[in-house]
Amino acid sequence: MATAPLTVVDSSWVGPLSQTLAIYFKEAKYEFLTRLRLRAYSISTITFPLMFYVLFGLVLNQKDAPVGGVGIATYLIPSYGTFGVMGASLFGTASGLAAERGLGWLQVKRASPMPPFAYFMAKVALGMMFSAIVVTLLLLLGVLFGGVHLTLTNAAELVATLVAGSLPFCAMGLAIGYFVGPNSAVATINLIYLPLSFCSGLWIPIMFLPKLMQQIAHFLPPYHLAQLALSVVGGGQHESNWIHWEALIGFSLVCLGVARLGFQRDEGKTYG
Amino acid sequence: MIAALEETQELRKQATGNGGAVIASLRRTSKNYGEVQALRQVDFTIRAGELVALLGPNGAGKTTAVKLFLGLAKPTTGTVSVFGGNPIHAEVRTRIGAMLQVAKVPETLRVREHIDLFSSYYPRPLPLDEILTLAGLQEIKDREFGELSGGQRQRVLFALALCGDPDILFLDEPTVGLDVESRRVLWEEIRRLIARGKTVLLTTHYLEEADALADRVVVINRGEIIAEGTPTEIKASTAGRRIRCVTSLDIEMVRALPGVIEVRRDREGIEIRARAAESILRELLMRDAGLSNIEVNSAGLEEAFLALTGTNNDAA
Repeated sequence: MATAPLTVVDSSWVGPLSQTLAIYFKEAKYEFLTRLRLRAYSISTITFPLMFYVLFGLVLNQKDAPVGGVGIATYLIPSYGTFGVMGASLFGTASGLAAERGLGWLQVKRASPMPPFAYFMAKVALGMMFSAIVVTLLLLLGVLFGGVHLTLTNAAELVATLVAGSLPFCAMGLAIGYFVGPNSAVATINLIYLPLSFCSGLWIPIMFLPKLMQQIAHFLPPYHLAQLALSVVGGGQHESNWIHWEALIGFSLVCLGVARLGFQRDEGKTYG
Repeated sequence: MIAALEETQELRKQATGNGGAVIASLRRTSKNYGEVQALRQVDFTIRAGELVALLGPNGAGKTTAVKLFLGLAKPTTGTVSVFGGNPIHAEVRTRIGAMLQVAKVPETLRVREHIDLFSSYYPRPLPLDEILTLAGLQEIKDREFGELSGGQRQRVLFALALCGDPDILFLDEPTVGLDVESRRVLWEEIRRLIARGKTVLLTTHYLEEADALADRVVVINRGEIIAEGTPTEIKASTAGRRIRCVTSLDIEMVRALPGVIEVRRDREGIEIRARAAESILRELLMRDAGLSNIEVNSAGLEEAFLALTGTNNDAA
């Protein structure tokens, strides 16, 4: 072991890349394990979208009635997929962040040399991982029990689109997590998440909602993600994909800005 | 592996001048939170190898001082220095370990998983087995944090403080809320750290704890340091005596005796606090032929502390 003079701070720490990558990997791994073992999160995140799909897409399905060009069992995969991705991302990031900020754990981590970015990346990775799980399970249900036919390419594209679409909602979750207290986090998220989902046409397909609501939906991020996912399977309103991507990217940037404000406020207030 | 570690400890002791060098300090440091002055022009140094107890009541500024040392807060005026650097920078914190008061720790991670994650933040962490041994966690390493008792939880937080093999540790009220047994266990583990050549700053409002562990006690109240010294010096500086006896004399009369600070009932007898015991005993023995069960003790750190902060509060 090196015997460098110990009154000099080891400034070479910022470190071998391998060590930094190890930190990011472990942070994400343990975030995943933490949330997986939290029945409240893992079970509800995965089972709610699946339950809705089984009920409305399989059981109550009237011979795969067509909706906007595709069978309902097919239509509801991107639809509830968006719902599931939103839930996984929001609850995965916001409630953990609100609790860990408010109850002192984040402070313990900030006292260590952990790079703060690793912490946030871990939460985003968690949102994406659970999103991938939900979407894959929905697809399996649809293909096995709903008579959904998709080429492998289409299926892969659908999963990729939805998982990429978890990013804006992870950003949203980080923004929310910085501005709610640990006790009100879950309730606040639900108050935003559920109406937002409904108004974006994730439960009742958008074409069955009143005209005014259909117009308002264009301002709602989940609507755009759902449309992107639907276009992969040949459904949806057939609007230009660029609009949807732009809306989601713009939304992400706004959320990240808000989250950053929250971060700096915390550093300024809690961390003087 | 352990032999190499001891060798390193020796080299470290030599390099830091056998416990004399100042390794952390607050210089003319003030910290305000809005209108609240948490710390006022504080000068505070920590030398290598010592265990310093920062003693004070709640709200005195102890936790604020620790936050400054950990880079979790920036001083309003003055400077903070740890190992010659600013703890705001992560590189400096690779040599620091911290145990903070925290309301909630992720409960679904196992003990060894918590340690594994924290160890990864440091360039030269201790091996897992050694960390578990030092913190007494070998038997519960696979348990989830949520299943642990209060004492066990504190030991896990202690393990997170020492896992990176830091040269200085900041422990903020480490035994608060623990039962006597758990407290003793943690004290033992802290003593072992000092024996390994580490430096420790401990904050506490448990006077017994400062007395039991510290080489040096720094008493803080309302953001200012009001006394500093070894536990013995602190006790001596307020030079108190405690007299207990059973007497038929009227309490008000005893209170009026010259040199008496305070008198109170103590079950069937009375307890007198005074500067010097002799003159008071002479008066009592003269006036009360039936005086019995006489006990004279030097004032504990508790009295010294109350006297110091009492004087401080009066003066403020």
